[in-house]
Amino acid sequence: MSERRHATSAPLPGVGHLSLRAYVSGFVASLVLTIGAYLLVVERAVSAGTLIALILVIAVSQFAVQLVFFLHLGAEARPRWRLAMFLTMVTIVLILVVGSLWIMGNLNSRMSMPEQEQYMSSQGGL
Amino acid sequence: MIRVEAHPAPVDAHAAEADERTVFGFWVYILTDCVLFASLFATYVVLHGNTAGGPSGHQLFEMPYVLAETMALLASSFTCGLAMLAAVRGRTRLAVVALALTFALGSTFLALELSEFHHLAVIGAGWSRSGFLSAYFILVGTHGLHITVGLLWMAVVAARIWWSGLGRGELRRLTLFGIFWHFLDLVWIFIFSVVYLMGAAHL
Repeated sequence: MSERRHATSAPLPGVGHLSLRAYVSGFVASLVLTIGAYLLVVERAVSAGTLIALILVIAVSQFAVQLVFFLHLGAEARPRWRLAMFLTMVTIVLILVVGSLWIMGNLNSRMSMPEQEQYMSSQGGL
Repeated sequence: MIRVEAHPAPVDAHAAEADERTVFGFWVYILTDCVLFASLFATYVVLHGNTAGGPSGHQLFEMPYVLAETMALLASSFTCGLAMLAAVRGRTRLAVVALALTFALGSTFLALELSEFHHLAVIGAGWSRSGFLSAYFILVGTHGLHITVGLLWMAVVAARIWWSGLGRGELRRLTLFGIFWHFLDLVWIFIFSVVYLMGAAHL
């Protein structure tokens, strides 16, 4: 048993050394950000446009906090393959999400022209 | 905080390298799962206004309830981190207790989510009611499915640690599970923000 104990005080594979402090600070920061965003919405403190921006900023900060404190991104030894893969994923996700919103928003605005609606209602709808 | 210094135990360099590769491979899987969730998010955001005369998120979501769900999952992510911390320091019993706590919090989350789904289905806001609700159930349901798989996996990992101690294999399994569980918490942050907060704010 004691031999096993010694063998396991080595760092976790791919994660490195862990500290209680990192987990506690990550947890506290996440709590503060979650409750902050919740209060912003429930108390209706700001206008719609500001609210969307604030919610997104808070979500992204919490994403960053948990990536650093819980998933230890950036703590790996060089070469940083995990970080490289992560950045590739972020690029793909941004293309996917922003692209979808762009295309569908564009389609929506083209499809809702008054002439077309008039035409469609004159034909008895779809 | 007392730090237990690493004893220079004979570490098999090949085994360590193999472990590193395994963790990297799992990380790549996690990132492809991120892309899956991103496509579901894109679908949801495109469809969130298409309520077909049915209820909108603003009318359906009960925010204190969702906050409780979020807190349960966030706390479970923290206790999962504590389990890894205990495992690295060779504290078998503490690691299993922390995993049990994680399991309890994760199950609480899942129970709250299922009862919310049930409530929506009963009041006539099921997944076939509108495009908005289809996208909502697929996105949140896929996350719930991941949580279910995670709970089963966690039970297996905890049982193995309980019976065979903290060997190299158990540590590796715990590391992979930890990455998976923290990842699910990350996805939930975006579900909480984009689906629930923006839905409740009528954005």
